[in-house]
Amino acid sequence: MASLKEMRSRIGSVKATQKITKAMQMVAAAKLKRAQNAAESARPYAERMANVIANLAQGVAGSDSAPALLVGRQQVNAHLVVVATADRGLCGGFNTSIVRKAREQIKSIEEQGKTVRILCVGKKGYDQLRRQHGSKIVDTFDLSAAKRLSLQDAQPIADRILDLFDKGDVDAVSLIHAQFKSVISQVPTAKSLIPADLTGAGDLDMAGAAYEYEPEEGEILETLLPRNLSTQILSALLENAAGEQGARMQAMDSATRNAGDMINDLTLQYNRTRQAQITKELIEIISGAEAL
Amino acid sequence: MTETITFHLVAPESEVFAGEVESVTAPGSEGDFGVFKGHAPFMTTLREGTVSVMHGGKRQDFAIHGGFADVTPTQVTVLAEAVEREPAA
Repeated sequence: MASLKEMRSRIGSVKATQKITKAMQMVAAAKLKRAQNAAESARPYAERMANVIANLAQGVAGSDSAPALLVGRQQVNAHLVVVATADRGLCGGFNTSIVRKAREQIKSIEEQGKTVRILCVGKKGYDQLRRQHGSKIVDTFDLSAAKRLSLQDAQPIADRILDLFDKGDVDAVSLIHAQFKSVISQVPTAKSLIPADLTGAGDLDMAGAAYEYEPEEGEILETLLPRNLSTQILSALLENAAGEQGARMQAMDSATRNAGDMINDLTLQYNRTRQAQITKELIEIISGAEAL
Repeated sequence: MTETITFHLVAPESEVFAGEVESVTAPGSEGDFGVFKGHAPFMTTLREGTVSVMHGGKRQDFAIHGGFADVTPTQVTVLAEAVEREPAA
């Protein structure tokens, strides 16, 4: 049985931990609000971009001149997997579930006999993938310095991907990130970046209209596709940021509750021990007095 | 003539402007253009410059940094890579 003093300090330390987790939870809640707003206000741009590209894609689909960024290469030898995770831990299973999804993806690509290259965005993904897949990681990006994510943060990532693609080092690119469903639910999702995934584009009111293009359709597509890449990455990063805060808030909430339970248990135990000690002392005094 | 068109100016981080305007002028990569209601549908890339809208007889300018515009008879959408709002002149 631990001494009373030990138990007292134990309770004290759990209380201190609870204060920290509670503070983290509140910070996460505040950041979540901001991240959620950012993710939502970035949505119109990404949606319109996807619509326009889907529209243009209909025009060039099937022709030989269709850009490789849109339709992909016929011979896919190397596949680039972009793993977007958070830079910090203490957010429950958030990073782990993204990395798990990435591992599945990597495995299934390797089973098809293709080479896998990995691009890590966020420190935690790199830490977890380094041991098993270290040799395949081509680059890592650390975004922890960016306070507010903007297109400027997504651009270097897109540039690096385009660079790899243009050099022929990779032939297809997919992105793994957490889709922000709600505060309590973030689903790790894989999305194809090259070839461009156009299934998400909404119905087009402009379909069939005699459109004029300035410059030519192909040229517009050529400038739009790289931009679409960075836009997609940005929206993935924003969703990730919101998801991370949501996951952290949840994790810290349950940590706070756990600490509360622990404090209750320890306090009960502490009081019992103290009571038992008093009783024991009383018995000793009484039996001592009787013996006289 | 008070016919209006719907104008959206969207930056990557947020929607900067959405509303009914009388006309839009934008710097197309192959020449500036103005749009009133009923314009033929077309699509163009934009260069750096100023997008101005007229609404309620007042002009409002936005400095944009590249992007593209999608014009239909009733609607103009400008997707800009970066937007800065200029004080209404």
